[in-house]
Amino acid sequence: MAVPILKQRDYLIATVQDPLSDDEFAVLRRTLVEQVGVFRSRGVIVDVTALDVLDSFSVRTLTELGQMARLRGAATVIVGIQPEVALAMIRLGLTLGDIATALDLEEGLAWLDRKMNGIGSRDHERS
Amino acid sequence: MRTVTTNSIVSDDARDFTSNVLNEVVAHLRHEHARLRDGWIQRIVDGRYLTAMSEQEVFAEATSLYGSYLEVLQTGSVEALEAYAQNLSGRIIPRGVDVVEVVGILLVLRDVLARELFSKYGRDVSVLKRVLDAYEPAANRIASTVAVGFVRERERVIRQQQEAIRDLSTPVLPVRGRLLILPIVGAIDPPRARQLTEQLLRGIRSNRAKVVVMDVTGVPAIDVAVANHLVQTMEAARLLGAFVIVTGLSPELAQTLVGIGLDLGKMNTVGDLQGGIEEAERLLGYKVVSADPSRAIA
Repeated sequence: MAVPILKQRDYLIATVQDPLSDDEFAVLRRTLVEQVGVFRSRGVIVDVTALDVLDSFSVRTLTELGQMARLRGAATVIVGIQPEVALAMIRLGLTLGDIATALDLEEGLAWLDRKMNGIGSRDHERS
Repeated sequence: MRTVTTNSIVSDDARDFTSNVLNEVVAHLRHEHARLRDGWIQRIVDGRYLTAMSEQEVFAEATSLYGSYLEVLQTGSVEALEAYAQNLSGRIIPRGVDVVEVVGILLVLRDVLARELFSKYGRDVSVLKRVLDAYEPAANRIASTVAVGFVRERERVIRQQQEAIRDLSTPVLPVRGRLLILPIVGAIDPPRARQLTEQLLRGIRSNRAKVVVMDVTGVPAIDVAVANHLVQTMEAARLLGAFVIVTGLSPELAQTLVGIGLDLGKMNTVGDLQGGIEEAERLLGYKVVSADPSRAIA
């Protein structure tokens, strides 16, 4: 099932609504990275609120998505990771590296806005 | 006709005979109850059992336990005794009465009654044998019922207290918009660490927290597993978009953390809780100023 990608100002918002297969994750990554160029986007938000599981492949794909988008000039923030999902990821030793995370879509937008304006950028969000 | 319950201590074939013997024994023990009970109480006092209870209380408990004892000997049903044991345990456990004492007084009573039976039926060995055959299994059963009841009740109390401590000991407290405090007091074992993590992550979500100050001033010691778990908690919090500041690491804890070679780069620490809150406020863009400098405490 294709993930809808919305363009909102300078940002692309992809909201994952159903569990994705490995292939679908890979398609999402390629589509988003392509569209960053098409729309000259400065930020990408991937909303994973609906996902009950993030396995090693999906975590790696999201991390790579963030790194590829950065190379093409857009910052990526993953939003809506559920507490249980976060716990499971940490137990499995899966991390998103230096990709930013935020509580929900609203927080993700606020984070991108701050980053674009260059004000209020905080140490911890780079860590 | 006496009905035999499933709890009966007598086997079917010897039922009538044994119950006749027991009836006679119980009638005798009931007749002599004042003397035997007082002898028992004297031995409880001499043996320094139930020191947490007053003389009157020991007397009252002994009287009622003696009655229950004979009741079970006669009917063979331990159900009433189980309820009594639970009730007794509920009353005496909070006063610090130990299981050794409970078992002790029961064995003393068993001994007192057995001696009585010896002196009454000792002249005829075959009669004595039949009496003891009936008495011993019942007495053993009573002792184990009360002891098990006591231990069960105590385990129930312990479980209840553990749950209460667990619930109380890890509050997640919102102090300002987007700022949570997690004061940890007492030793952390792996189950508690897990529970703490879950509570924190849930708290982050429900309070939409951006910064969490985890204060470990009240934690006396930490082991490798728990230290790793705390670091994992911080990473999990970060996945939810929150930043964790650890405060109040004692020299001992600091030494442990350095000693186990944890990746300390992932740990954001500030000396004390006050410093941690100030840092959190800075991160959140708060600035605390005195509205009335003349009232400021130097």
